[in-house]
Amino acid sequence: MHLENRMAYWRANLRLVAACLCIWFVCSYGFGVLFVEQLNRIRIGGFQLGFWFAQQGSIYVFVALIFFYAWRMNRIDRKFDVHED
Amino acid sequence: MSLQVLTYIVVGLSFVLYIGIAIWSRAHNTGDFYIAGKGVSPIANGMATAADWMSAASFISMAGLIAFLGYDGSVYLMGWTGGYVLLALLLAPYLRKFGKFTVPEFIAERYYSRTARIVAVICLIFISFTYVAGQMRGVGIVFSRFLEVDVTVGLLIGMGVVFVYAVLGGMKGITYTQVAQYCVLIFAYTVPAIFIAIQITANPIPQLAFGSEIAGTGTALLDKLDDIVTALGFTQYTSGTKSRIDVFCITLALMVGTAGLPHVIVRFFTVPKVRDARVSAGYALFFIAILYTTAPAVGSMARYNLINTMQPGEIGAVDGNLLYEDRPDWFETWQQTGLVRYEDKNADGRIQYYNDANPEFAARAKDYGWQGNELSVDRDIMVLANPEIAGLPDWVIALVAAGGIAAALSTAAGLLLVISAAISHDLIKGIFLPSISERRELMAGRIAAAFAIMIAGYLGFDPPGWVAQVVAFAFGLAAASLFPVILLGIFFKRVNKQGAIAGMLTGLLFTYGYIEYFKGLFLKWAGAPWGDNVAEHWLFGISPEGIGVIGMALNFIVAIAVSYSTAPPPDRIQHMIEQIRVPRHLEDHHL
Repeated sequence: MHLENRMAYWRANLRLVAACLCIWFVCSYGFGVLFVEQLNRIRIGGFQLGFWFAQQGSIYVFVALIFFYAWRMNRIDRKFDVHED
Repeated sequence: MSLQVLTYIVVGLSFVLYIGIAIWSRAHNTGDFYIAGKGVSPIANGMATAADWMSAASFISMAGLIAFLGYDGSVYLMGWTGGYVLLALLLAPYLRKFGKFTVPEFIAERYYSRTARIVAVICLIFISFTYVAGQMRGVGIVFSRFLEVDVTVGLLIGMGVVFVYAVLGGMKGITYTQVAQYCVLIFAYTVPAIFIAIQITANPIPQLAFGSEIAGTGTALLDKLDDIVTALGFTQYTSGTKSRIDVFCITLALMVGTAGLPHVIVRFFTVPKVRDARVSAGYALFFIAILYTTAPAVGSMARYNLINTMQPGEIGAVDGNLLYEDRPDWFETWQQTGLVRYEDKNADGRIQYYNDANPEFAARAKDYGWQGNELSVDRDIMVLANPEIAGLPDWVIALVAAGGIAAALSTAAGLLLVISAAISHDLIKGIFLPSISERRELMAGRIAAAFAIMIAGYLGFDPPGWVAQVVAFAFGLAAASLFPVILLGIFFKRVNKQGAIAGMLTGLLFTYGYIEYFKGLFLKWAGAPWGDNVAEHWLFGISPEGIGVIGMALNFIVAIAVSYSTAPPPDRIQHMIEQIRVPRHLEDHHL
């Protein structure tokens, strides 16, 4: 468990967190707030897309993101040999 | 069997269940009492977190709020779910690795400072009491409405039940009770929603029914809703009236506030491992999302149902509006509670429901012979009246009562526990009596929980006029005070004691001051609010609900600036941060 290894682990973690937070931001603040009117011109079934992201889609994305993060992080833990037991 | 007897039986059985669980899982030591002995599986913790998080407001009020706000209601949907992403990615795993009992304890050790601990305890107690007062009130209201007892009696029964399982069981008792409460509340919420979805759209899944066509018409529910609400002078359902920056800031303040709420954070101290903390946040949000994705569907269908009932015919035609004497049964039932009110302003014996505050619509209303909106509907009844509106059997109505009570009790218990832990562990053990034995600390925790219940009950009896307003304050405060210092504590080694204290105080005072200025909290006697609470006067057009975002930004800036102009934290703190950043325990010679 050397210092360089730990620093590489931390950098890998930060990269993953940053990528996930970008998706988090784009799907809620981007699609649901900032570009909601543009997206509302697109329709999926009875939904306007921007409205759907604001009231449904963003929540689905949040759930998926956390499970994705947990899964990737477990792999990174093992790769750098810092996992528990 | 009458509805009332049935409701007594269902609610009574749910209480027997909660108390039985509390006795089975009572706490034996402080580890059990504060963090359930770190033995809770991630799925059970996810359910417990969901029940803890979803309060009477989520269960009873949210769908109704969205029904009347339309798109603007999205701030609550995104704001109260997106915070879990921040929790899972930025806080939960590291705080679990830290492995102690409370949030102020982390702040105290990371910033090697008793002052920081005291500031954190103050933030925590204020946030939690604000919340819990609202919950106890919710318990009283649900009791009085469904069991037809006095609000005070309802409140006392609620206090008694929480007392048994929070004081006896501590975190362990609360956690397993919350699992049961989650099951009760989610069942009670989704069953009526499914029936209503089938009635309106013939699609049994509310999340899909939301975007489906109204059965037999070929028009999508949301399009139809947009048409009829605008034809009655209301704002279009799928677009809002709030400014974009305000929607942005309120959503962000709610998200960050969620991640900074102590009673939510502490749930992630209860799981066995770091990796459990990560995935447990996912389960928690999954269980929360079942309700939060159903709520907007319920909201839109309830709004459609309401308007359709009041306006069965053509808008403007003489016989387009419902005759008062033909009103449905649920209308009469809720009229008795005063939550539905009708006043025949133009004396035509019919119900006109429209937006009389819209000046552009006034001329048309006059042409129709309407003399003002005649119907007022309290938004809180949307969920509670749903089973009756949909004509569901009595046992579903009884279940909704039990669900509302479960939502309020589970949240109240979680909040009371963090308050008692802050007092017994952070103040008594951490600051005043460090040598206290574990047995006596456990006793102190129980006594503190008992006192907290009494204060909460008192606040519920006699809510200071501001309970509803301070919900925004509690989130803003959590966002502006606790969240930034916890985050910096993990991700920024250079931030030191001085920076953290200065940052917390800046965020806290700024946010508090802004809300006091525009809404008035404690200084009403001195003439607050002083400011006119309208968009033209707000800083950058941000309402007091969203101002926590600016408070948070100031906290970050001040904490970093002050830290760089003072000495860096000592080596042992640097080592502690290295330690919490990796899941496995590192031996000292590796640090």
